[in-house]
Amino acid sequence: MSQDTINTTADNRPHDGDPNAPVLEVENLHVEFRTRDGVAKAVTGVTFDLLPGETLAILGESGSGKSVTAQAIMGILDTPPGFVTQGSVRFRGVDIQALPEKERRRYRGEKIAMIFQDALSSLNPVYSVGYQIGEMFRVHRGASRADAKTKAIELMDRVHIPAARQRVNDYPHQFSGGMRQRIMIAIALSLDPDIIIADEPTTALDVTVQAQVMQLLADLQAESKMGLILITHDLGVVADVADKISVMYAGRLIEQARSLDLYSNPAHPYTERLLAAIPRVDMKGQELYTIKGIPPNLTDIPAGCAFHPRCPYAQSICSEKTPPLEVVPGDRRSACHFWKEVLDGSLQIR
Amino acid sequence: MGTYVLRRLLQMIPVFFGATFLIFYLVLGMPGDPLAVMCGERGCDPSTANALRAQFHIGEPLYVQYFEYMKGILTLDFGETFSRRPVLDVMGDAFPITIRLATLAFIIEIFIGVPLGLVAGLRRGKFFDSSILLGTLLIISIPIFVIGFLMQYFLGLKLGWFRPTVSGEAPWNELLLPAIVLGTVSLAYIMRLTRTSVVENIHADYVRTAVAKGLPHRRVVTVHLLRNSLIPVVTYLGADIGALMGGAIVTERIFNIKGVGGTLYQAINRGEAPTIVSIVVILVIVYLVFNLLVDLLYAVLDPRIRYA
Amino acid sequence: MPDPSSKTVMPSQDASAAALTLGASSESKSLGKPRSLWSDAWHDLRRNPTFVISALLILFLILVAVFPSLFTSTDPKRCDLIMGNNGRAPGHPFGFDRQGCDVYARVIYGARASVTVGILVTSGVVLIGGFIGAIAGFYGGAAGSLLSRLTDMFFAIPILLFAIVFLSGFPFRNIWTVVAAIMLVGWPSVARIMRGSVISVKESDFVTAARALGASDMRILARHILPNAIAPVIVVATISLGLFIVLEATLSYLGIGLPGSTVSWGGDINDAQASLRTAPHVLLYPSVALSITVLAFMLLGDAVRDALDPKLR
Repeated sequence: MSQDTINTTADNRPHDGDPNAPVLEVENLHVEFRTRDGVAKAVTGVTFDLLPGETLAILGESGSGKSVTAQAIMGILDTPPGFVTQGSVRFRGVDIQALPEKERRRYRGEKIAMIFQDALSSLNPVYSVGYQIGEMFRVHRGASRADAKTKAIELMDRVHIPAARQRVNDYPHQFSGGMRQRIMIAIALSLDPDIIIADEPTTALDVTVQAQVMQLLADLQAESKMGLILITHDLGVVADVADKISVMYAGRLIEQARSLDLYSNPAHPYTERLLAAIPRVDMKGQELYTIKGIPPNLTDIPAGCAFHPRCPYAQSICSEKTPPLEVVPGDRRSACHFWKEVLDGSLQIR
Repeated sequence: MGTYVLRRLLQMIPVFFGATFLIFYLVLGMPGDPLAVMCGERGCDPSTANALRAQFHIGEPLYVQYFEYMKGILTLDFGETFSRRPVLDVMGDAFPITIRLATLAFIIEIFIGVPLGLVAGLRRGKFFDSSILLGTLLIISIPIFVIGFLMQYFLGLKLGWFRPTVSGEAPWNELLLPAIVLGTVSLAYIMRLTRTSVVENIHADYVRTAVAKGLPHRRVVTVHLLRNSLIPVVTYLGADIGALMGGAIVTERIFNIKGVGGTLYQAINRGEAPTIVSIVVILVIVYLVFNLLVDLLYAVLDPRIRYA
Repeated sequence: MPDPSSKTVMPSQDASAAALTLGASSESKSLGKPRSLWSDAWHDLRRNPTFVISALLILFLILVAVFPSLFTSTDPKRCDLIMGNNGRAPGHPFGFDRQGCDVYARVIYGARASVTVGILVTSGVVLIGGFIGAIAGFYGGAAGSLLSRLTDMFFAIPILLFAIVFLSGFPFRNIWTVVAAIMLVGWPSVARIMRGSVISVKESDFVTAARALGASDMRILARHILPNAIAPVIVVATISLGLFIVLEATLSYLGIGLPGSTVSWGGDINDAQASLRTAPHVLLYPSVALSITVLAFMLLGDAVRDALDPKLR
């Protein structure tokens, strides 16, 4: 783990040649929030990559650093107080983290687009949805007003908004929650980006609408082969759609695995506890399991493994040494000193 | 949209009659002989007293007086001054001057206040922002007549950049210094209002969306942030026009301008009821009309109101 | 008006950063003693230099207003025409005005008029405007819209003109007519703020809960709504106090405010205007005193607003 400051010297050679090379490589990302109450280490040493057409879910409680990671990738952190202190974000080999803002801007929307949690507040209330979708073409492609509107209608059709032609001049508050989120998706989709980052895209929606919006995202991804980073706290949402899941806790990646592996046999006690905390129909009548304690204060993260105060298996080493994100057999990783024991279930709860 | 405008218009009617009646009552309805108040200690000569008696239907109930008077106003009959000049003529001389003055002040407010407020809001907590906050507070704290004297003394008398007083015709260029004085307080309010509004909106989700859409910084600020932040500022501007014309009474006195304020001031000193009531009624109408315009503008700026 | 309960968990200036750290920090804090909006505001205020300075300045001004003789032994009304518009002299640090009165003594004695008018008007306006606004907001409906139209009516008349017209109806002038005139034009803005604030608090769950428990209207208003709705009114009142002092000075400057027999800064500035070219110092001192006084109240209001509404910081 290199300790130098922002990595500006990362290799910037684009590797267009290999179609299976990762579109996005995040390496050793560190983000801090400098507030009056102290420095909050929101993201510490996060590393992952995303292959073309792949869906990666980043899972964690609020405050685990998952949204901050997304904002750092997009380059839309509020600075101050948020600062990327280390690490690189490479898009097709280009370290976009190191680019000047002017060039960086071209990646937003064009290469990497983002969908936010609350579509009502994320859409500008004073412009029509057609204007807000069309703005992408007008600014990035220099399209005329009329062309932009035609494109906006096409996109609204594509995300299955009924009567797109009639509704293109309506304002965000005139749409339902699910329809508004579709408009956000249409904006993200507009320039055919290689990656879409969806930050809790369905959290604010009703359960039935959630499923529709997730299905839409999955369909769109299948037809356009774009990469999808799905940020959520809801294990249920990611189960069907994600290829890979990364679990974050207190700003660190603590486990990474293919979805199926992670669900069937977690390699980190936190993931194990998370899965145990999902209400299940076949467990009806039994007490619902909850993880004891609260997530740590990011200005004062416990020494060693940040999860140790809440971990049922914690031993003395856990409060002394921070476990590295080790490669675990089966193309997965875990940041637990006892991943082997967690995997084969041989650990005893103290 | 149509019902919205209609509702605002209907709401204006009671406000108009209420406000004008209030003024009418203050000038004519107070206990005691209205003529004694109007004519003051010197007393009026009998012909003036008779004219006033006839014009205001003195002796009849107040509401009759009020309706007779309003009837006159609707037919542009505003009565006469003590020197038997139609009030309409007096206002015809005074209003163009004050309108020029208020327009200049208004332009200064908008074109200096909004950009400086925007920059302060964008640089919240930085030196520029703190200076704007303190400077505007200082301006608001110093009474307008003190600001007027200071500017008149330094810019007019000491430096000689402006004429310290304004000639009878009151051309645009001579009104510049008075307009700066008249506009300073509102200018300070507009800066603070814009700044607060920008600060409130700068972390709004839709601004973050605009950045994430890859829009250039300038477009994020002007098209998305500023447009939304201007909504409260526009509301303030509507109310401000009335205040500018009413507040001109002080500025016009300092610079010896023969506008509405100067005329009104004289009329009050003389107790010339027809002039006082007429001018204030006109100013109430000005206020209401501009407020209606602002309501319309508001609906244009914010679709949530238009379709409510 | 933000929900007061969220105030305690929002100590940080930035929402996004706050959201990050707060999950835990608010928890650990609330394990101690939970702080109310008021104690939280007081905690912030004591550490705010703006507040400390302006509050000390205001205390000093009140002291001057109540005991002017502590600060000067010269009688502000003993004047000697021969000294008219003279500069400073031993024992007369600010010189003399047109009538030959000691400017320093007049500045000291002038504080009383401004501070008295400011405090009287503000108290009156908060009581009247607060009452009308609370009733209008709480009952809504016909009474509410009637009161709203009434405030609209008052807003339609430019403040300064309104006060002037009101004062011109009196054959005499004293401090009470001035206080009445300023209260007349000042109450609607307090009423409007109070109404908005009461309406927003009225919707909150704890009011619904109190209603469900069968509390009477008056009890709900007095016990549950007012304590939570008063904060914006206090902020406006503090800032307005300064503006009322400006208005009093303006009226006195125009010669229809306080009578000439009352020593007031506005009146003195009016007198000094005639000799602006020859003796600017006579105008300077009361102007500076007036501006500092108003500024002190404005700064206080600003600090109070920051403490009660941390969002805007």
